[in-house]
Amino acid sequence: MFDIDRWREIFQSISKNKLRSVMSGFTVAFAILLFTLLFGVVTGLSNSFSDAFADDAQNFMSVRVWRTSKPFKGLQTGRRIQLKNKDFDFVKEEYDSNIQHLTARINKNVNISYKNKQDNYSLQAVHPDHQFLEKTIIDEGRYINNRDLIEKAKVIVIGRLVKQDLFGELPAIGKRVNVSGISYQVVGVFSDEGGDNEERKTFMPVTTAQMIYGNNDNLSQIVIGYDPKLSLDEAIAFGNKMERDLRKKLDIHPDDQSALSIQNMAEANKGVGTFVIALYFIVIFIGSGTLIAGIIGISNIMIFVIKERTKEFGIRKALGAQPSSIVGMVVQESVLITTIAGYIGLSLGTYILSLESLNKTLAEYFIKDPSVSPSIIIGATVTLIVSGLIAAYVPAKIAAKIKPIVALRAD
Amino acid sequence: MIEIKKLHKSYPIGKDKLHVLKGIDLHIKEGEFVSIMGSSGSGKSTLLNIVGLLDEHDEGEYYLNGQLIDNLNEKKAAILRNKFLGFVFQSFNLISYKTALENVALPLYYKGMARKERLKIAMEYLEKVELGPWANHLPNELSGGQKQRVAIARALVTQPKVVLADEPTGALDSTTTDNVMDLLRDINNEGMTVFVITHEEEVAEQTKRVVRLKDGVIISDELTKTKTI
Repeated sequence: MFDIDRWREIFQSISKNKLRSVMSGFTVAFAILLFTLLFGVVTGLSNSFSDAFADDAQNFMSVRVWRTSKPFKGLQTGRRIQLKNKDFDFVKEEYDSNIQHLTARINKNVNISYKNKQDNYSLQAVHPDHQFLEKTIIDEGRYINNRDLIEKAKVIVIGRLVKQDLFGELPAIGKRVNVSGISYQVVGVFSDEGGDNEERKTFMPVTTAQMIYGNNDNLSQIVIGYDPKLSLDEAIAFGNKMERDLRKKLDIHPDDQSALSIQNMAEANKGVGTFVIALYFIVIFIGSGTLIAGIIGISNIMIFVIKERTKEFGIRKALGAQPSSIVGMVVQESVLITTIAGYIGLSLGTYILSLESLNKTLAEYFIKDPSVSPSIIIGATVTLIVSGLIAAYVPAKIAAKIKPIVALRAD
Repeated sequence: MIEIKKLHKSYPIGKDKLHVLKGIDLHIKEGEFVSIMGSSGSGKSTLLNIVGLLDEHDEGEYYLNGQLIDNLNEKKAAILRNKFLGFVFQSFNLISYKTALENVALPLYYKGMARKERLKIAMEYLEKVELGPWANHLPNELSGGQKQRVAIARALVTQPKVVLADEPTGALDSTTTDNVMDLLRDINNEGMTVFVITHEEEVAEQTKRVVRLKDGVIISDELTKTKTI
């Protein structure tokens, strides 16, 4: 219901009473400003945390082996554990329903040369799923595929910085590079958000590496991306079960962390998640406290304003104003002030959070990209309108109930 | 126009009751110019408030324009006030942040009239009280007499059945008092019922019928001999 006359009345009342309008607006603007800043800072903190794990997929899980540290079934301490293809197949068959991506990994350091340029790089022999688990971004060409695995193809995918070292600005796809004496065809160039070291890596099919480096079926690691539909608790349980099963299969003492362990992103995520949730909880608590204080401030001012205007309301009623029109006028005015003031606070808050220099300083305190999400902004707006409504409705309703004769006597 | 039968009104004071109106019978016909005289505490203001639907009576009957006033809620009272009644108060009761013109136009706003139209009508009434040039002044830029004329224009703008004036000259000097009374008489001469409350003998003399109130009862009700037009 848009009533131009009502708005005219409201604008007149606001502009003729600037001080009280500014005063009531200020409380709300300040409350919202604090709320925005607090929220932004916590978002920044949680950004820092999730960034710390951004290199790998969130559902990343890896099986690592080393030497035994406990004797088991008559086997001695210090025995070296080796993962084999059959362990990979076991994981694949046994836990198929819980797995989204699965790859083995063989880690090597190799010397790669192209024409007169050469350098040492780390090489990982992998399955195609590795791309998703390491969040490898293909810039040119393609990643390792299943056909490469079957054919044991001598193909290599190189990091962006490897390509820069060896090829400079020239195209690399299709060219042949020499990897420790054997010629491989470059089929892809990738980049990675995990930093420079990640972009100095190279990938080749796991089957090719097994054939060329030792002609065996050894694997360095098994890397799993668990089904994202699993909850964190389910994923942790899955990781624990797999750890127990593999130890049993490889004749390792059930508690031997050194011999075989599973690094599970779910555990890290759970810790971070709990921490961030706790932070948000604190912020929501403090923030809503600030908001409530703002609303109470506005209520106080509205009570005063309405007392001040009681006589005016009495006059209006004597002239034929209905109680609903008085309540409506006051409420609409209050909502307008809260909304505008709230938006000033919100915009000021978002502006401060977007300041370049401030962000640089904050980054030193692990606060990265502090910002407020649109849903928070919408939520805050609704809260503002509702609080403006509440702040004005109750006192206005009371004022409108006063008999005109009593209101006219007021001074 | 206004018919009152055995009207009683009392106000609670602590545990006791103050009986202000003790059975008033009064009949005011359309086009009359009546003044209610009485000292303070005689109940004259209470009577006006009840007639003006600003307050409710306890006992008795009150007919306004033939309609029985009984158990009115605020909304209905507001509509009736807007439709039938115009108020002129002792302390003017203009809205301080509105110009003379906007003050006069306000009752028309509550009638639901469009802005352009109500400003036009308000201007006509301001000119009628000879305040056209002051239309865009705020009340604090006007003299007492001018303020009361604005208030009279505001009371007339909805073309009510009755104009109720509560000590309309109480805050004015004798010259402006005469001006205001002349204005009220002109209005009455145009056929409007005017109902004035006063404690000044000179003011009452200028009306056509004087009702004297003492301690909540009518002690006399007579037509004035002077100036019949």
